Amino acid sequence: MRNFVKFGGLLAALIAGTSTAAAKDTFKVGIVTFLSGQAAQSFGVPAANGAKLLVKKLNAGEVPAPYNTPGMGGMQIEAVLIDEAGGATVQVQEYRNLVQREKVDVVIGYVGSGDCLAVAPVAEELKTFTILYDCGTPRIFEDADYQYVFRTAATATQDNVGLVRYLKALGVDIKTYAGIHQDYAWGHDSWVDFKAAMGRIYPEATVAAELFPAFGAGQYGTEISALMQRRADVIHSSLWGGDLQSFILQGLPRGLFRQAQVALSTADHVLPPLGNNMPEGVIIGARGSYGYMAPESALNTWWDAAYREAYDNVVPVQGPYRMAQALLGLKSAVEKAMKENGGVKPSSEQLSAAMTGLSWESPAGLIEMTNGKGHQAIQSIGFGRTQKDKDGNIVLGDILHFDARCVNPPADKKSIEWIEAGFPGADCD
Amino acid sequence: MNPILRTFGLAALGALVFIAIGLVVPAWFLFTMTKAVGFGLVALGLVGLLRGGLLSFGQGLYYCGGAYVSGLMANWAGVTDMIVLLSVGCIAGGLIAALVSPLVARYRGIFFAMLTMALSMVAYGVLTKIAAIGGSDGFNVPKPTLLGYHLAETGFGLYAIAVVIAALAAAVCRVHFDSGLGLIASAARENELRIEYLGASVFSVSTRSFILAGGLAGLGGTLNGVALGHVDPFFSYWTTSGEMVFIAILGGYASVTAVFGTALVTELVRSFSGQYFPESWQMLLGIFLLLVIVFLPRGVGSMWAKPAKNHAIRSIKEPAT
Repeated sequence: MRNFVKFGGLLAALIAGTSTAAAKDTFKVGIVTFLSGQAAQSFGVPAANGAKLLVKKLNAGEVPAPYNTPGMGGMQIEAVLIDEAGGATVQVQEYRNLVQREKVDVVIGYVGSGDCLAVAPVAEELKTFTILYDCGTPRIFEDADYQYVFRTAATATQDNVGLVRYLKALGVDIKTYAGIHQDYAWGHDSWVDFKAAMGRIYPEATVAAELFPAFGAGQYGTEISALMQRRADVIHSSLWGGDLQSFILQGLPRGLFRQAQVALSTADHVLPPLGNNMPEGVIIGARGSYGYMAPESALNTWWDAAYREAYDNVVPVQGPYRMAQALLGLKSAVEKAMKENGGVKPSSEQLSAAMTGLSWESPAGLIEMTNGKGHQAIQSIGFGRTQKDKDGNIVLGDILHFDARCVNPPADKKSIEWIEAGFPGADCD
Repeated sequence: MNPILRTFGLAALGALVFIAIGLVVPAWFLFTMTKAVGFGLVALGLVGLLRGGLLSFGQGLYYCGGAYVSGLMANWAGVTDMIVLLSVGCIAGGLIAALVSPLVARYRGIFFAMLTMALSMVAYGVLTKIAAIGGSDGFNVPKPTLLGYHLAETGFGLYAIAVVIAALAAAVCRVHFDSGLGLIASAARENELRIEYLGASVFSVSTRSFILAGGLAGLGGTLNGVALGHVDPFFSYWTTSGEMVFIAILGGYASVTAVFGTALVTELVRSFSGQYFPESWQMLLGIFLLLVIVFLPRGVGSMWAKPAKNHAIRSIKEPAT
């Protein structure tokens, strides 16, 4: 019984210890991304690193114009970092804890589409301004309307529509194509979008194979054999992280990348770890104009240099870029709201009003909240193809960008309907 | 006083105390307690199995079954009444367990554990492939009601329902465990052969415990699905089942209330370590589990619920005195 009393005392202390009031001049941001598990190395940890760096630089006022004022509207940013591991169940609970226990002002987070879908209604219920910074599924704003939830990155639609447009722009001749994707929502959705876009842009091409290995399978011997036997002209894949690295390393000695044009929709993040093990002639997407495909601007030059300096000269890939566009969007919204409310810390309602339909410059170019009634961003996207430079190092060449309105549906259209209707209203000049 | 009445009286008293506590604690804590009850219910079913010497690593299947059936009913049929949803979830979990039991109740030990886990992973695999119900992303569950009233946004209503369910489940389990049928399960753990000689069927004992555990898991799944507002195939993933086994083992099988406490403590430890040590919270959770196993090997419940007479332990002690 004495143990039990001690135990209770410890618990009470734990609970009491958390109710520290936030200081007046800080702006508390909950940041949720994968710090453990499969998506940590590829997306989560680089994004968290990007967030830490950018928060430090913003607080010091060291970010180039128009973000050169300190913090957010003069308030110092205080970041609370949370691991996204554990599934949607854990994330809903942690979201509530961030808002109700930690009293954060806003939450930025979520790589997993399932986490985004689960958290969005809770954000609405708790009336807390929330930015989904990465997840890809178009379902969030196509299936529901939210007042407090925003997504500052484009949906996965542009990854695959853009990829088909890039194949066409390179003049790749396609009679047959195949797909290899992880067997979960991301893989299936990517393949549906890609097939639909192929149907419009390459109407003659036929599907040679569709393979759905398990998430985290790691061994692709059978799939590579199947792909090599079918001899498709193009192999499309939305694999990422360790799965993608394994697939590349296992396919390379068997000549898969010489036999077919491989097009990877989200592969920029495996270039730093693979280095010169990356085969030549592979088409790489980054889910935006990120890293190697980032547009030239003072902001991007600064961001690239700052990130490399802080993290052992590693190239920032999609994770840090997406985090940066969320944080810079938040700063723009906070400062816009403060201009309108007389300079006090904005409420979630004021932030939502300010963010709706907002557009701002990010290292990856202009981000515009045009879709989902002003809650869903569109942005430009870049693609490239690996090649050897004169020293024999693998670099990206043939880099092309597509305008946001060329690869994203107009505001009033659902993604898949827009693709199947033949991209009405697409502006590709 | 009739011991059954006494048990239910105590449960009612406990429920009232916890509902009163619910009026003063902050909103985040209400939610954590509600979720802990959901997990605790599943762990309570595991306690029933553990008493009979069975350890299931696949309770996620019935947890997920309850959550999916009630969640889909809320989405497709528009039924949001908690009483209906909880009943449906409980029956769904129990039914799935009843279908599975003829297969698994013949096995013991590691074979039983692995077979139950395999079945839950089959369900996980199938659910991730059904795009019509969201595939691996799952689907959202609408806000619950009770007898036509919307439950308050503060989460107190759902918490009160959870407390009542927990008290009821704990009382029913206590009465069942102390009944003749329940005691046979404990005897089966000690010596199956002797039970068969005495004329009882170990198979039907296991089946009964298994269906009870399934029903409780379905109840817990429904409660958590509604509380979270989202259901996905991860409910059936083996790590979910593993978490419940941890809670059950931490609680121990001496008490029917300990599992709710350990579920809450596990949630709190995970949440606080996750927040203050986002990059090493798994290690802290591991250290916590180790400490409990080292210092309370018979579970947290052994601190207050002393097992009536444990012959195995006494016979070891006796020669020493």
